[in-house]
Amino acid sequence: MKLTLLVNGETRAVEADPQASLLQVLRDELDLTGCKYGCGEGQCGACTVLIGGRATRSCITPVGTAAGKQITTIEGLEKDGKLHPLQEAFIEADAMQCAYCTPGMILSALSLLHRTPSPTDAEIRQAMQGNLCRCGTYPRITKAIHAAAAQMRRPAK
Amino acid sequence: MSDWTFLEYDADLDIEIERYELAGVGGRVSDVEPRTACTDARHPTSDTLTRRDLLKVFGAGLVVLCLVDSSDAQESGGGRRQRFGGGQAPREIGAWIHVGEDGGITAFSGKAEVGQNARTSLTMVVAEELRVPITAVRMVMADTDLTPYDMGTFGSMTTPRMVPVLREAAAAARETLIDLAAAGLKCDRGSLDVEGGRIARRGSGDALTYGQVAKGRKLAQVIQPVVPTTPPAQWQIEGHPAHKVNAREMVTGRHKYTSDMKRPGMLYARVLRPEAVGATLVSADATAAEKLPGVKVIRTAQITGVVGPTQHAAGEAIASIKAEWKTEPSVSSSNLFEHLKKTAPNGGPMPDELTAALAHADVKLRAEYAVAYIAHAPLEPRAAVAEWNGDRLTVWTGTQRPFGVKEELASAFGMPLDRVRVFTPDTGSGYGGKHTGECAIEAARLAKEAGKPVKLVWTREEEFRFAYFRPAGVIEVESGVSKDGTLVAWDYHNYNSGGSAIQTPYDVAAKRTQFHNSRSPLRQGSYRGLAATANNFAREVHLDELAHAVMMDPLAFRLKNLKEPRLRAVLEAAAEKFGWGKAQPAPGHAFGLACGTEKGSVVATCAEIAMEPQANSGTLKPPKFHVVRAVTAFECGAIINPEHLQNQVEGAVIMGLGGALFEAIEFENGALTNPRFSKYRVPRFGDVPKLQTILLDRKDIPSAGAGETPIIAIAPAISNAVFAATGERLRSLPMMPGRA
Repeated sequence: MKLTLLVNGETRAVEADPQASLLQVLRDELDLTGCKYGCGEGQCGACTVLIGGRATRSCITPVGTAAGKQITTIEGLEKDGKLHPLQEAFIEADAMQCAYCTPGMILSALSLLHRTPSPTDAEIRQAMQGNLCRCGTYPRITKAIHAAAAQMRRPAK
Repeated sequence: MSDWTFLEYDADLDIEIERYELAGVGGRVSDVEPRTACTDARHPTSDTLTRRDLLKVFGAGLVVLCLVDSSDAQESGGGRRQRFGGGQAPREIGAWIHVGEDGGITAFSGKAEVGQNARTSLTMVVAEELRVPITAVRMVMADTDLTPYDMGTFGSMTTPRMVPVLREAAAAARETLIDLAAAGLKCDRGSLDVEGGRIARRGSGDALTYGQVAKGRKLAQVIQPVVPTTPPAQWQIEGHPAHKVNAREMVTGRHKYTSDMKRPGMLYARVLRPEAVGATLVSADATAAEKLPGVKVIRTAQITGVVGPTQHAAGEAIASIKAEWKTEPSVSSSNLFEHLKKTAPNGGPMPDELTAALAHADVKLRAEYAVAYIAHAPLEPRAAVAEWNGDRLTVWTGTQRPFGVKEELASAFGMPLDRVRVFTPDTGSGYGGKHTGECAIEAARLAKEAGKPVKLVWTREEEFRFAYFRPAGVIEVESGVSKDGTLVAWDYHNYNSGGSAIQTPYDVAAKRTQFHNSRSPLRQGSYRGLAATANNFAREVHLDELAHAVMMDPLAFRLKNLKEPRLRAVLEAAAEKFGWGKAQPAPGHAFGLACGTEKGSVVATCAEIAMEPQANSGTLKPPKFHVVRAVTAFECGAIINPEHLQNQVEGAVIMGLGGALFEAIEFENGALTNPRFSKYRVPRFGDVPKLQTILLDRKDIPSAGAGETPIIAIAPAISNAVFAATGERLRSLPMMPGRA
């Protein structure tokens, strides 16, 4: 079935079974492999993308339900060679080891910061509870989120 | 090693990868021959590579190859690889470095990057010796055609074994470039300075870049690892923080893990599987699958699976197959520990000296400890992309043993080794769980039948069911201590879980230490720290029990019986930072500590827990608590990258919380009942206590690895804290099983 997806500000046409997961279609049809398969049951957050600015587990989202909505993947964060503050903060804080969880972490964090520009540690923990890092870099990710939040609160130049 | 005996027992489901790791590490050699066969393999890249071949592959310039002792490079069970250097001690090439005519520096290592940040530390080492910025060095890793043979990325060996080899090769390259520059500039090499890829004559404007020196050359130099290298006190790059070298690729999602890869014409695959270990396929009705567009059902003697045009189609196809499996009765988690003890051989009678020491001890103690099977659960599951070109096979796969997987593939297809190439892209972790090549072989079989490249990514459920586990184990300790707290007798038995860190680091005159090999009902193999996670748990809880029995403070008791200075140092550092003995815990809180050593490094952890109120239901339940704070002191010699080392230590402690508190594989009759993250709880943001990490930098000690040892003290520290809070000893891991 032909579907139209709005991904990172672009209109993309795909041919896909509407029951296929958004994750599979983004990765395999559109080559947006930043979102990852980790569990297939929405329990690890590696598949996280934003739909309408909110963190969504794309592995349990049928692609048919995402048609016509604003989808943001990790690939959409860098603008004209400039990294998003969250991406820069993750690098600065060394908030990754194998980095497989990183795109999902960044997007879940972005979703949080959209709603809560100055999150507390507790708010970060709660918002990020659905994202697994098996390498255990949680403390540095928390530090990166605080740093990015501060950067994002600064008035734009 | 004389008081450490292995008792043999046939256990065919064991993978025994641990045996590979025991050979040659720290001078200790296992006295056990590995059960899995080492193929009598020869690796053309090491064997027959001539100097001319190298230059043909890498282009003109300078190539430096560094030899290693083949006992370092080979797999246990005897090396049969061909050697460089005729009559002397057998050697192999450990690493090579190329300096090109454009001045580009490329270093090659057979190690794999699995999140431990070896790519970055190895790059730093080469940049240091060649006096260039980190960004000027390209690291090629884990390509069986381009990089030298390496037995695998495990055993915390990259830092103590690969780092010195690359360091030597880079230093030798630097020295050769200086010699060549001196000839080119017609001056004495003593008047030359090296910086930023340029060799300049002091006091004059004359200089040559590395590229200019390398231009027109076809030089290959084979060195022994005796080249003088930069001492740690003079390090400019090593010993300082450095970001992950490919961090930008990671945060932008540009890096392609194996599971992200696409090859022209590629199909997506799934394999038909049972639920239980050792089940055999009786029948499979694939009529529905065969009807799906673009889907091909593949059935051979070795594999039944499907390939399709999308992941979704392959998933639908495999789910539609009606399969009947024949299972064998097997063990369940409820009778696991009994089974492990029953199926292990006895160790024979206690030596008289030990019997006497126990008999004369003022206080005797006997206790039993147990650890469950746990899963590595790497976030990227096993994945492989396999492509046949005529009789050549190329496989991309996330593994810790690319050369091992190459051998497995060659063996599976009866092919010569030089027809197989394995790449390992930087991989979504392993933790000791990605040593074996099942997924690569499956993908290659399906690709051969399909006549097209195939990508196979295991589902999370498959990764839980069909990978392998950290062994479960039972540990029995009988000990004796004097009234004044001196250890006098120690009889230690580990059933099934293994020999890592089985030897006590404490001073005891009369002791016996035995590993008993049981029949494991589930597939088991390496895990981060291997059996050190179990042995250190049992030992450190038992030490605490002894301390309590003679009414001594746990820290004082350990220090009284411990001479080893490095272990004493981390114990004291952790206790000092934690405030051990200084502050009293808050109401409902308690403190515990533990230490340990393995693989050339030392760790100590102090933990603070807070008890949680429980509804009094009248039935016995494990105590409920959470970990408030953990202070860890760690030392592994000279630190190469302090930021990444801290990541490894804290990451290991956080991972260790899982094994300590809630992780356990549950199974009925050999089939897992919790093969999902929704049922197998792993540490999340909410589980992380306040962490403090002290890294002791010993520039006078050669750098050791840090991937594993930091995990071994957190579990006993927590158990000891729970005892301090409640008087209840938690001797079985996990300590809060089944808690959602």
